[in-house]
Amino acid sequence: MKISIQTEDFDVAAECAALRQGRSDVGALASFVGLVRETGEAGALTGMSLEHYSGMTEKSLSEIVEQARARLPILDATVIHRIGELRPGDNIVLVAVAASHRGEAFAACEFIMDYLKTRAPFWKKEETPEGSRWVDARESDDRAAEKWTA
Amino acid sequence: MSLKVLYFASLRETLGKSSEQFALPAGVASVGQLHAHLLARGDAWQALAGTKNLRVAVNQDMATMDTPLRDGDEVAFFPPVTGG
Repeated sequence: MKISIQTEDFDVAAECAALRQGRSDVGALASFVGLVRETGEAGALTGMSLEHYSGMTEKSLSEIVEQARARLPILDATVIHRIGELRPGDNIVLVAVAASHRGEAFAACEFIMDYLKTRAPFWKKEETPEGSRWVDARESDDRAAEKWTA
Repeated sequence: MSLKVLYFASLRETLGKSSEQFALPAGVASVGQLHAHLLARGDAWQALAGTKNLRVAVNQDMATMDTPLRDGDEVAFFPPVTGG
């Protein structure tokens, strides 16, 4: 398992390659990348800043990956989340999952993202020409996470 | 009993501080009692009541208003998370 909170960008291909490096039991590798959209809740964005709770964030992400492992027969996973100042088009988050088969890889990738969105202590602030505002939590994210306990 | 209390995101900005350490007054033994104690400071501290779906963590685990507090605990108040 690799968990990283970092200001610098990540290389999706390199991270996926590292996840399957030296093993031949991986039959499926699914990845998800979240990016900064040019349009936010309040219109055009000039940038976004990401705050987190250092310590709890790493702990929370490790627990989420462990929960994914307990539910689904996956082999390994990588979660990288950026913090600090970002621009439209920048990468925010990478979740990559290695498994024997695609079903588990896709499902675990979605599970980790759904739980990350509702449990990991990150907060986004959107910067616009008119000023900045904190992003509101979405009920649709809560519903996405709840479907795993239904 | 000494506590470290952390505030994040919009709450940190409204309160003008990200953390503080203080001795807990007698009679404050749970998150809910700490919350009431902080609210009693008035003014900006009303944000602790006004933040929709306020979240709290004790020692970096999600907690509730009923969670008991012990000496040396780290308590964090924050709005719902919005990462990813």
